[in-house]
Amino acid sequence: MVQITLTVNGEPVDVAVAPYKTLLEVLREDLNLCGTKHGCELGECGACAVLLDGQPVLSCLVLGVDCGGRAVTTVEGLASDGRLHPLQETFADLGAAQCGYCTPGFLVTAKALLDEHPRPTRDHIRDALSGNLCRCTGYQQIYEAVEAAIAKGSR
Amino acid sequence: MMRLPNFRFVAPTSVHQAAELLAASSGDTMLVAGGTDLLPNMKRRQQAPGTLVGVRHIAELRAISSGDGVTIGAGLTLTDVIRLRQGFGGQAREAYGALWQAAAQVATPQLRNMGTLGGNLCLDTRCNYYDQNYEWRKAIDFCMKKDGETCWVAPSSPKCVAVSSTDTAPALLALGASVTLVSANGTRQIALSDMYRNDGIHYLTRQRSEILTSVHVPRLDGWRSVYWKLRRRGAFDFPVLSVAAAAKIAKDGTVEAARIVLGAVASRPVEAPAEAIAALVGRPLTDDLISEVAERAAQPSRPLDNTDFTLVWRKRMTKFFVSYALKELRGDDMRARRLKVSRQELL
Repeated sequence: MVQITLTVNGEPVDVAVAPYKTLLEVLREDLNLCGTKHGCELGECGACAVLLDGQPVLSCLVLGVDCGGRAVTTVEGLASDGRLHPLQETFADLGAAQCGYCTPGFLVTAKALLDEHPRPTRDHIRDALSGNLCRCTGYQQIYEAVEAAIAKGSR
Repeated sequence: MMRLPNFRFVAPTSVHQAAELLAASSGDTMLVAGGTDLLPNMKRRQQAPGTLVGVRHIAELRAISSGDGVTIGAGLTLTDVIRLRQGFGGQAREAYGALWQAAAQVATPQLRNMGTLGGNLCLDTRCNYYDQNYEWRKAIDFCMKKDGETCWVAPSSPKCVAVSSTDTAPALLALGASVTLVSANGTRQIALSDMYRNDGIHYLTRQRSEILTSVHVPRLDGWRSVYWKLRRRGAFDFPVLSVAAAAKIAKDGTVEAARIVLGAVASRPVEAPAEAIAALVGRPLTDDLISEVAERAAQPSRPLDNTDFTLVWRKRMTKFFVSYALKELRGDDMRARRLKVSRQELL
């Protein structure tokens, strides 16, 4: 086991990790943050996306031991002061979450997009979310929810 | 659930340290940078290294320098490579267009934030009989590339025919790139073309003790280059055919020099035959010339039945992809065609 210190959703965390554990397994099994989902485990679906130093990555293909000193944001870290992130509100209001399994991956990936480009076009949104699969195929509602969150944020 | 097998993890902070670790290892040590190719393979037990040397913390591998051309650290992510475009003036941006277009079409945004240029150049070859989990491969008594003896794609083949599936290698070959390999014994610079072999198992001439540290792209005044990729979806998928083309075109439209490289049709990227290039040079890119060159350049395309789509169709598409690339080099607006065949808008 290797002792590492990383920042998870803004709080420093010390955790002893087995070298073979992925960041996804460390988050879910060692830190009990089960918002991030196990999907294909091979980088083919985007369900396990988290933000690593602000950039969306697939936690199923990141080694936990390689995350010392880095900052991780999971879907649990999107709400602040008891208020949902605008993306979480619009995803709920507009039916962008159907079965909901892909939703955490979409939310953090969309957040990273809005952090970098406050007013992306539909093409930019589609491109940024092209690495997330929704098996319910609710892509239209997802794009609309991201656009609604942009409108909300700029009001 | 697919767990990684157990291994020892070390994270050196210099190329020198990493090279020493590789030199001292017994042969079951592998390098890992982004992990997007190696970790899925390890989960499927295609590779089970005893030690992984993580090179993400080595700052030298992310260096960029320009002078006579540009030298790009192999540890830069594909997202970093795409962003480099902003730092180049109009001429260099056009000259290196194939590299930006190739990097932008690899996998997905998240995977491009993780995977590195060096990792994409050293990407393991792929095959429908190899990229499967352990139980699946065991059920067919494994294949030649891992744990077995027979090639299930071509059972009489003496060598493995797994497919070179890197997007950036054809692009960089079209740009005439070279690479630097560092080991504990020294440093060598070789043409990128010399790093590849047409063998699905021994597809790289890079030794296991060597680290690919940087890629050098020469200065290409007056050149333009493009990259075209065939795949089923507009994201995620590896190429099942790709064409990179670069040309120096005079003001009057005459082609002065050119390179055309085919990807995903063999176990290495394949350069178009010399007669295809000879037919181009000294002539303007007319529709007739493009059709003629496309036929000739597509000659070496001999895909096998081991990726997505049928091999007959992939082979037939080769000449069309060469012609799309040449038309884009000529200056045609190919955005609608690109969106139709690649299903991705290059933003």
